[in-house]
Amino acid sequence: MLHIKCPHCGMRSQNEFSYGGDATVKRPELNKEVTDQEWDNFVYNRVSPRGKHLELWQHLSGCRQWIKVERDTATHEIFKTYKANEEIA
Amino acid sequence: MTQSYRIETGGLINRNKKISFKFNGTSYFGYEGDTLASALLANGVHLVGRSFKYHRPRGFFGAGVDEPYAVVQLYRNGETEPNIKATEQELFEGLEASSVNCWPSVNFDIGAINNFLKIFLPAGFYYKTFMWPKSFWYKIYEPFIRKAAGLGVASTKHDKERYEHKYEYCDLLIAGSGPSGLASAYSAAKNGAKVILAEDKPRYGGSLLTSDVNIGNQSGKDWADGIISELKEMPNVTVKNRSQVFGYYDHNMLVMSEKVSDHLPKTKKYHPNKRLWYIRAKEVLISSGSIERPIVFGNNDTPGVMLSSAAKEYLKVYGVLVGKKPLVFTNNDSGYETAIEFKKHGVEPIVLDSRSNPQSEIIDEAKNLGINIKNSYVVVAAQGYKKVKSADVATISEDKKTLGKIENINCDCICVSGFWTPTIHLASQSGNKTKFNEEIDAFVPGVSKQNETTLGAANGVFTLEETLKTSFEKGKELSKKITEKDNEISIPNVVEKKYSKHDKFWCVPLAKGKSYKRFLDFQNDVAVSDVEIALREGYRSIEHVKRYTTLGMATDQGKTSNLNGLQLVSEIENKVVPSVGHTTFRPPYTPISIGAIVGREVGKHSKPTRKSPIHNWHEEHNAVFVDAGVWLRPRYYKRGNETLFEASKREAKNVRRNVGVCDVTTLGKIDVKGPDAAEFLNRVYTNAWLKLPVGKARYGVMLREDGIVMDDGTTTRISENHYHMTTTTAQAANVLSHLEYYLQLVWPELNVNVVSTTEQWAGAAIAGPKSRDLLQKLFPKTDVSNEGLPFMGYVEGDLFGVKARIFRISFSGELAYEVNVESDNGRFMWEKIIEIGEEFQIQPYGTEALSTLRIEMGHVAGSELDGRTIPYDNALEGLLSKKKDFIGKRSLQRSAFVAEDRQRIVGVVPLDKKTSIPEGSHLVKDANAPLPNKKLGHISASCWSVENDNPFSLAILKDGKNMIGEKLFVMSPLKNKVIPVEIVSSHYVDPKGERVRS
Ligand SMILES: [Zn+2]
Repeated sequence: MLHIKCPHCGMRSQNEFSYGGDATVKRPELNKEVTDQEWDNFVYNRVSPRGKHLELWQHLSGCRQWIKVERDTATHEIFKTYKANEEIA
Repeated sequence: MTQSYRIETGGLINRNKKISFKFNGTSYFGYEGDTLASALLANGVHLVGRSFKYHRPRGFFGAGVDEPYAVVQLYRNGETEPNIKATEQELFEGLEASSVNCWPSVNFDIGAINNFLKIFLPAGFYYKTFMWPKSFWYKIYEPFIRKAAGLGVASTKHDKERYEHKYEYCDLLIAGSGPSGLASAYSAAKNGAKVILAEDKPRYGGSLLTSDVNIGNQSGKDWADGIISELKEMPNVTVKNRSQVFGYYDHNMLVMSEKVSDHLPKTKKYHPNKRLWYIRAKEVLISSGSIERPIVFGNNDTPGVMLSSAAKEYLKVYGVLVGKKPLVFTNNDSGYETAIEFKKHGVEPIVLDSRSNPQSEIIDEAKNLGINIKNSYVVVAAQGYKKVKSADVATISEDKKTLGKIENINCDCICVSGFWTPTIHLASQSGNKTKFNEEIDAFVPGVSKQNETTLGAANGVFTLEETLKTSFEKGKELSKKITEKDNEISIPNVVEKKYSKHDKFWCVPLAKGKSYKRFLDFQNDVAVSDVEIALREGYRSIEHVKRYTTLGMATDQGKTSNLNGLQLVSEIENKVVPSVGHTTFRPPYTPISIGAIVGREVGKHSKPTRKSPIHNWHEEHNAVFVDAGVWLRPRYYKRGNETLFEASKREAKNVRRNVGVCDVTTLGKIDVKGPDAAEFLNRVYTNAWLKLPVGKARYGVMLREDGIVMDDGTTTRISENHYHMTTTTAQAANVLSHLEYYLQLVWPELNVNVVSTTEQWAGAAIAGPKSRDLLQKLFPKTDVSNEGLPFMGYVEGDLFGVKARIFRISFSGELAYEVNVESDNGRFMWEKIIEIGEEFQIQPYGTEALSTLRIEMGHVAGSELDGRTIPYDNALEGLLSKKKDFIGKRSLQRSAFVAEDRQRIVGVVPLDKKTSIPEGSHLVKDANAPLPNKKLGHISASCWSVENDNPFSLAILKDGKNMIGEKLFVMSPLKNKVIPVEIVSSHYVDPKGERVRS
């Protein structure tokens, strides 16, 4: 079980969180014309990297905040966690 | 029965307390502090089971967690548990146990015929033997295997015991309370670190309980006792016995199973049976010691052949002789310790040492005691079937290839020592890259991946002096990093005997013309010949050899067999052991009971059952409940001998005719507040929300980004910046997360907050033509006329002093309202509605009638919004705003979603107007078409229309728009039904929606 530092609450066990996928995907702006390809990339297409990955988790059984976690998908090492609106270093 | 193998004095058992127990129906007694194994051995019982494959007689091999044989079925306090190691089970008054793998009995076992048919059961027999002929499988193979195999019987009863989970954080977790565990715990504790010291056995001290050493002028055991009592007094230290750290997971989380009650006849009140600890440790010290490994020889599985360290433990801890004519067979000095213990208790051992001329302090001591020592001697084979009667022995050449003349020695047990294997399971589980240590012929931990350090024998260090020194230092060094304290500890003097080198010898060659089974894996009956076959058949990877032969795959996970298996493979393959590599160590280290893993997550859904605040009323009024997610909801209220069908029809009819009331507390409710709330709803829902006035409700549909309908419900504008959103019962939690996602990540600029209020409100839906009359009586001061409270209107009211919210919304197709009050007033509200509703012939209705009413009306619910349908499929396209953007809108342009013949909701009526249509059935054009018959759609929900008095269903049907009036067939192979049907509009009742607006 991973140990994740919620930027709001501190170190918590994985079972308090739910996983939210790739954190680098940006939703196209509302009312903006987008091609099928752009939309598919947003909705469906994801890379599955081995190594560093910036991903979303929600502290579901805690503060309910969505956070960003930089994690190594192979070793589970967590390098840094960020608040939802925090600049990624 | 007398305990003929118990010595007069000595051991750590309490001789003042006799304990009686039963094994295979026979009564025996032992003492407090015995294990089942030691008590049976004290009574001279060596035959405890039959082996897994050949059903050969099985005795005791070890004295602890490594035991491969003595697995029993335990009976305790009316419960039974399989797969219990007799060597670990502590004796308690009234304990009963029986052998497993024996049918019909341990003494006469039909499966033992396998022993004589063993030519048919070679390596890979699982894969080869039971393949043909097919007809044999059900009648012969399977019943035979079922009866003959297995390691006990699981109880089919509900487990009455309670199991707990506990989460704990500490600076240092120390696994094992032997010398390294005690020393490191002590220095870390003195530095103020928060320490957990775990010991899997009931007694602390590990090897110090049985070794003849001196620490700081005390015996090893006295020193251990002193350290433990000091540690127990320290507030920063938790000391736990009967606690096995069995798994090492990511981010330094370890799991430990504490046997709280297994040693007692009955679990104490309020105590759990076991407690599972999830421990997050900053540093982990693995002091799990080592396990003696056997030397392989002929018939080495005969009861009476056991590890020499186990024989010593039985003697020193339990005061039990495993035999009175012992033969000690060793390749190192450890065997001599056992021989000396025997000799001290007046028993004459014979030592066979594979080495030609070993010299050491301890050998000298043995010689001085007059022990008969034979160098360059080996046991070729044990003789005896149910118990060792003698041993065939011979001299062995220096190259270990040639045996001398076979001699026979009388003996009643053979104590084997093939040197020591460090217990590296935890280190390996943590990701440690283990390495092979040539010096000790075994793997030891290498480079750590997590914050883990292995000490003492587990690290391949077998001298006490070095173990204590490094352990004190490590404990101090690691704790200093955390507490920044640096407490000086003086390392005590150690007196121990120096060992000479062990012999790199692990397997006795077969004598000429003999074909004894030489076992590697004692629990799975894997012999040397099996591994030879596997290699001959082309298996090379050790992982493949393991699976093909099942070597090391039994419940003991090869604790005594893995290394000898590796030695054999490397020898045949002409490789060195490290290049063969070991198989993966996986948690749990030792079997853990399912109850401990499950903990308190038992019962329905493994979750607490949720009940509405009106639940008790329903119970008192004959409600029959149904699961709705984790909620319990009344399905119908039974009157007399009514069936579900009759009751739900009555309830639904009463709604259409008079008025009904339904508990809708379980609906999800979310407060949406803030100046941008309207804008937010406008983006979340598919329809327009900016112009909804205060005091009005609106039905809305929300999509996922992929265009699939996520949920529906009504949302009401309570005040300028405050909306009350409702969701379906099932989607409540997902919708909240969904809203939070957009507010926090996508549109953080919106000034909106959301919070769940599901638990805060109790809700009652009042539906039917007389609902307004009833409402007026409930709220005499409120204008509830069609003008005062129009369709989709909202007002606040006073319900006899209780503040209430009144929504005019309907899911039944009738004039209807929903009243919400604070949860605590839920029952008050309900009883008032029932009481005042009496004059209007009110009846409560359950989910079955609720479904009927919504199906008749063609209103979609969870069975249509099943995660596969878009708004069009549910005839909800009218709610899609063309003017504004919303979540998922772009996806609706996908070609499949705009296809002309897209699936769509329709109504389905059987042509005979009688036959009920099973939900989930398929719709086909031709009932007699060859299989696979093309599916056109499926039945999503079925009911008995109370309006038209015939069955009616909803279906999602391909090209449903153009299918109205078509005749199709409903097919349910599961229910063996073919029903001719007509496709009709999904709005079966009041298609224009006049009633709800009346
Ligand atoms: Zn948090």
